[in-house]
Amino acid sequence: MSYVLDFSFMADKWPAFVAGAWLTIQLTVVSISLGFVVGTVCGLVRVYGHPLLRRLVGFYVEVIRNTPLLVQIFIVYFGLSSLGLKLSAEVSAIIALVVNMGAYTTEIMRAGIQSISRTQMEAADCLGLNRLQTIIHVVLLPAMERVYPALTSQFVLLMLASSITSQISAEELTATANLVQSDTYRSFEVYIVVAVVYLALSALYRFAFWAIGLVLFARRRRLGTALQ
Amino acid sequence: MPQSENVVRVSGVVKEFGPLRVLQGVTFDVARGQTVAIVGRSGSGKSTLLRCIAGLESIQGGEIDVCGNAVGLPGSANRARLRRDVGMVFQSYNLFPHLTVERNITLALTLVKKQPKAEARKVAADVLGLVGLTDKIAAYPEQLSGGQQQRVAIARSLALSPQVMLFDEVTSALDPELTAEVLAVMEDLARRGMTMITVTHEMGFARRVADLVVFMHKGQVWEIGPTAELFANPKTAEFTQFIGSEL
Amino acid sequence: MNHIGPNQLIYLVEAARWTILLSLIAFAGGSVLGLALALARVSKIGALRLLASGYIQVIQGTPLLIVLFLSYFGLGIMGYKLVPLVAAGLSLTLYAGAFLGEIWRGCIEAVAKTQWEASDCLGLNRFQQYAYVILPQAVRLAIPPTVGFMVQIVKNTSLASVIGFVELARAGQIVNNSTFEPFVIFTCVAAIYFALCYPLSLAARALERKSHAAK
Repeated sequence: MSYVLDFSFMADKWPAFVAGAWLTIQLTVVSISLGFVVGTVCGLVRVYGHPLLRRLVGFYVEVIRNTPLLVQIFIVYFGLSSLGLKLSAEVSAIIALVVNMGAYTTEIMRAGIQSISRTQMEAADCLGLNRLQTIIHVVLLPAMERVYPALTSQFVLLMLASSITSQISAEELTATANLVQSDTYRSFEVYIVVAVVYLALSALYRFAFWAIGLVLFARRRRLGTALQ
Repeated sequence: MPQSENVVRVSGVVKEFGPLRVLQGVTFDVARGQTVAIVGRSGSGKSTLLRCIAGLESIQGGEIDVCGNAVGLPGSANRARLRRDVGMVFQSYNLFPHLTVERNITLALTLVKKQPKAEARKVAADVLGLVGLTDKIAAYPEQLSGGQQQRVAIARSLALSPQVMLFDEVTSALDPELTAEVLAVMEDLARRGMTMITVTHEMGFARRVADLVVFMHKGQVWEIGPTAELFANPKTAEFTQFIGSEL
Repeated sequence: MNHIGPNQLIYLVEAARWTILLSLIAFAGGSVLGLALALARVSKIGALRLLASGYIQVIQGTPLLIVLFLSYFGLGIMGYKLVPLVAAGLSLTLYAGAFLGEIWRGCIEAVAKTQWEASDCLGLNRFQQYAYVILPQAVRLAIPPTVGFMVQIVKNTSLASVIGFVELARAGQIVNNSTFEPFVIFTCVAAIYFALCYPLSLAARALERKSHAAK
């Protein structure tokens, strides 16, 4: 049987793809931001926190990193609902993505924070900075700069993984693709188009994070060198 | 006019790292305006002693008193007062690499002393002038030589107007050519009347600039006294050997 | 409506065997593809490098779910109806191949240049250099990250549930549809995945530490 590729559906279906991409962007920007905050706080706890808290965070990280995102999403959406907490698909998606992102970010930020040598902390201490001031001004920004490539990769991975939330009918790009292909029966073409859109989104996100890096890391912007 | 009071009092200080007793009861006083050089072989405990005075290490026995405040005690109020009074310069300079020279200096001024930004920047310019690096104010640490970075580190501590400055082998990591510029700054500071305690291998500097020399050996003050007299008449074999090997 | 009992648990554990099988298929297929891609990436032929690089970038920039949909629904509409196991195996192979290719390329490049020079001076040709000097060392470097990546493979088999393949995640959905206790069931499912993945994670970390200690 010969199959002829037919992309003609794009003529009137293209707004749907744009809308779907926009929904994915909204969903993932929120999840990435919150997940990053969660991960940074947990990373700090892992390095400086009370031993019991450190173990709790360690437990959280291991559980999330050794179980599939799909199952995590099911637990949040279906599981919590059966316990009485009925959340919308979008909120469930965000919660699951934030929890997931938080665990991976914790490990990445932990490595970055530990790369800040103890002598830097001592210098800040001798200048009179308290713990919180030291963490904010001396530790966090250089730590982030050191692990920025790993962070960027993780952010992009999360954006791609958001496609899984289509399984609980969250409104995003993959769900849109499923709808269009059930309308037009051109499954192959639809998923090719969506793959291209995701590739474009990946490139867009990488560019955005590169630009953010330029803004955040003034020293790097001016000197062009890696942090020693 | 007040008598020359003791800015730093060290009394019977004992410091242990686990089973290892690094300081075995150290006692001496530093008067205002004095420059003290602590010398000795590696492992004699001199850096540890300095770090205890700076409050970076806790002590297991004895007392340390800086400007009337006890050191080595828990409690953050005490710590804050200590930080205002003591400035510390490290062997590895420890400048913050992601901040400009100016920001390195103004950071503590704005955060700790709560100075407004404009005032802090003026102070930064002033102290950089003192160490001769006004033109490097907008540079990043990695753009400076080792000697320049160390001078910025000194300026950074000076900006907080401490009562006493501690120097922990600040020229040991530098090439010989760069050592001179840092020692010159320290000498200038001493002449201006800053109370200084410096752990150093630079015997020439110690002899020229220090008022008091403390020779440490095996965690104890082995010999102590005014510079010229101490070097002219060493009382112990260890110190004699030490001078001989350092010159 | 059934209640959760040992039968349900056994059903889940039995489905986990399919998870393991699919993981092994993905790893086997992915390894072959990955090795080819890695070698292509370091080859002297520019076209090969470009092709391999392009493929890896496409796979790494597309969600695995989309690759699955293409293999199952996409090919299905074209007339190539693959059963879920084959579609899932194919998709995971394409996916694993790209990532393993990247990891292994890194390991090949991490072997010191001096090894190339030494073996070249001894008169070995390119194939012999690879077979006897470079690859053996690259393999040793590759073991920790490869074991680490196996964790990703196992987790990603859960997506095969979306095209109806009955592995652990799908089994969980099936049990849930008859017992309606999603929290308990999916927590059990997660626990079984954890039991499969955590030992691999620990092993990868231990291997990483050993290889650093050896340096």
